[in-house]
Amino acid sequence: MLKYIIRRLLMLVPVLIGVSILTFSLIHLIPGDPARSMLGEKATEAQLELLRADLGLNDPYIVQYGRFLGDILQGDLGQSIQSKENIAYEIMHKLPATIELTIFAMIVAIIIGIVAGVIAAVKQYSWFDNISMTGALFGVSLPIFWLGLMMIWIFSVKFNVLPPSGRITAGTGLQTITNFYLLDSILTLDWQAFKDVFLHLLMPGVALGTIPMAIIARMTRSSMLEVMRQDYIRTADAKGLKKHLIVFQHALKNAFLPVLTVIGLQFGLLLGGAVLTETIFSWPGVGRYVYLAVLSRDYPIVQSTILIIAIIFVLINLVTDILYKYFDPRIRYD
Amino acid sequence: MKKRNPFTLFGFLLIMLLVVSACSSNTSSDDADAGNDNAEATEDNDSDKTLVFGRGSDSITLDAAIPTDGESIYVTNQIYDTLVRYETENTEVKPALATDWEVSDDNLEWTFQLRNDVTFHDGNDFTAEDVVFNFERWTTSSEFFYYGYMFGATEDNMKGIIDKVEATDDYEVKITLSEPNAPFLQTLAMPPFGIASPEAVEESGDDYFKNPVGTGPFVFEEWIPDDSITVSKNEDYFGEVAKVDQVVFRVIPDNGARFMELQAGSIDLMNGLNPQDIQTAESDEDLQIIRRPSMNVAYMALNTDKEGPMSEKLVRQAINLAIDKEQLITLYEGIGKAAVNPIPPSLWGYNDEIKDYDYDVDEAKKLLAEAGYADGFDITLYTFANPRDYMPQPKVTAQAIQEMLKEVNINVEIVENDWDSHLTATENAEHDMAFLGWTGDNGDPDNFFYVLLDKDNTKVGSAGNVAFYKSDAVHDLFKDAQMEMDQDKRTEYYMEAQEIIHDDAPWVPIAHTTPPLAGKKGITDYLPHPTGSEPFNLVEIE
Repeated sequence: MLKYIIRRLLMLVPVLIGVSILTFSLIHLIPGDPARSMLGEKATEAQLELLRADLGLNDPYIVQYGRFLGDILQGDLGQSIQSKENIAYEIMHKLPATIELTIFAMIVAIIIGIVAGVIAAVKQYSWFDNISMTGALFGVSLPIFWLGLMMIWIFSVKFNVLPPSGRITAGTGLQTITNFYLLDSILTLDWQAFKDVFLHLLMPGVALGTIPMAIIARMTRSSMLEVMRQDYIRTADAKGLKKHLIVFQHALKNAFLPVLTVIGLQFGLLLGGAVLTETIFSWPGVGRYVYLAVLSRDYPIVQSTILIIAIIFVLINLVTDILYKYFDPRIRYD
Repeated sequence: MKKRNPFTLFGFLLIMLLVVSACSSNTSSDDADAGNDNAEATEDNDSDKTLVFGRGSDSITLDAAIPTDGESIYVTNQIYDTLVRYETENTEVKPALATDWEVSDDNLEWTFQLRNDVTFHDGNDFTAEDVVFNFERWTTSSEFFYYGYMFGATEDNMKGIIDKVEATDDYEVKITLSEPNAPFLQTLAMPPFGIASPEAVEESGDDYFKNPVGTGPFVFEEWIPDDSITVSKNEDYFGEVAKVDQVVFRVIPDNGARFMELQAGSIDLMNGLNPQDIQTAESDEDLQIIRRPSMNVAYMALNTDKEGPMSEKLVRQAINLAIDKEQLITLYEGIGKAAVNPIPPSLWGYNDEIKDYDYDVDEAKKLLAEAGYADGFDITLYTFANPRDYMPQPKVTAQAIQEMLKEVNINVEIVENDWDSHLTATENAEHDMAFLGWTGDNGDPDNFFYVLLDKDNTKVGSAGNVAFYKSDAVHDLFKDAQMEMDQDKRTEYYMEAQEIIHDDAPWVPIAHTTPPLAGKKGITDYLPHPTGSEPFNLVEIE
């Protein structure tokens, strides 16, 4: 097992080199450049040239890429071209925001998705099955910005029960340690802040979790249906085993592998793909950070942040693979 | 029995929801009219008057001398003072850090008397040496964009037209120019020329952009990137001390969501309103719409340099005739006014004797026939994807023009790009026609005319004049106006230039907008400035 993990981690190297080359080429392929976007439409050519030279944008691409790679190898993620802010510092603040939101969204999605999927499978063709699966279809097709705005309208404007946006109310005075605010509020035993952060998480979390929830529900249902028709389930039933034991102990564990794959993939996707949710709910996360950096051609931010997200994506997949073994002991990695 | 397990989970979820809703209803009952968490928190900080301003994006830097984006300048305008400031409602200048000034007969030496009662937010006294320090700092790097841009700095001469800045006394500064510059005072009033505390600049080094220290009406407190910037009242301000204790600039990227926050009461004031929300705000008895006076122009540049129909004056005039501007203005949903000239009517020098081209399809067809294009032709119209202040619906506007020009047999292909790509494409002269706009910097007509229509700015790859309009007559008038100090004379030059431009028709001027802000009813004395930002010290909130 350990050997397997080490082997997988070593595979990170070529993957990351690939990702960095791809990101570098793509971002440099789009027209426009950071000097232009910093100085705006008002700059003269002389000024642009001067700034480009200062920023090293006139060097050949290979030199620029080499410089980027060299910095990364020394653990330096570089500086934002626009703001001069240290990228590592920004990521330390924005990645936790996104991860916290993603974990929350995934917990909501997994709990509701699996429960709904299992019940729908056990009670196939029942009213619950029909309603939840139609609901899931809606869930996958709902545009997130619409859902988000509707939620803000209902819960913040109409009923005033949830804060409309942001991570925390200004002036709450939470002492940040890890920048995972929920965790920080627990660590500092600041329950006022905990409640505040939790309330802020609810709407964006549910909005972001909707699509994965629907996918997980549908996947769980179809996978469960397949397993429930297996001989060993009938045997267990014939033996007089209690139904919930059959469903949860025997069926679900076996039906879980494909669901786990979906969960792993969705998790990774949400990390970089929460841009819309982050925009609607003013969530200062990493998705929007990269999105804005692409718009302003802030090359270092795009390159470094995507690299970090890629690493996390690969690690999540590794964890998923290791979890397979728990759910299906027949799987051997050595 | 069979169902117990799933229901336990559901039960758990239900309880969680109940707990949450209990928590939140507590909040609203605790605080009957605040109702909302954010409002509650501000109430908690004793009786502080906090103004929360919602906007679409964060500041990039708080070093006054660097930014070109409106959102950064919005905040630096609170923290710093300039030698002179704009009047609250127009672009004439009034004393600020300088109380008085005079210019030598050759228009080259400007002597400023400074206030002797000003301290920086870090406690240091403000003196003439600090002014010298700032001017010298601005010449040290190309990132101090506005200095280079307004004073013509180049790689070989980073000082541009400012030869020397000397402290002739503790509270007297002499600035020597290498050539007369008519808009000089108006330029010095621009927020990028805010005076920073030299000690803070040196102490913070590379981190100065997030630890700004000036002399302005508000002191910088905190910046949570992509979330909020907080500034608090400067009790010792030499001008009018702010009426609110704190201003929080909150980032709420989505226009619709931001408006909902205003309705929910978690912000007090916002910019970047969706046009369709203006009506809602106007009919809401708790809200008000505040309009910023126009200092911009939206136009369609006709690439006069491109071989083919666009290089013909008759064709350009025909296009002007074929466009129904009143219809285009309806797309501005109440925030725009049809443009006739390249500068907005609020600027001095505006020629109001010029009559706009009538909407006259027959006349347009006649001119096209005269130019030999009776059967029409194919051209491109370059536009940008996202709304900008001066053009809320670029795509629909482009489609409307496409329809109008079809009437005169001109077949328009619309090319839509994101903003950066659009700028690159238009500067490279790829377009036949292109949408662009301009927001004035210093309230001087030169800042529109010279940049947008002078032949000096037509170099492919970096053109500000994307009509690539190269008129020697106009160039001479612009240059004369730059050298002349007398405003009446300058007005004459600009009047004449506008007539030539109108006849040559390098543009179809489209609109000037009055960008709306929305705020709670209780806000008074918020006076939006034409330049795009204003200090908040006069604002009152109930």
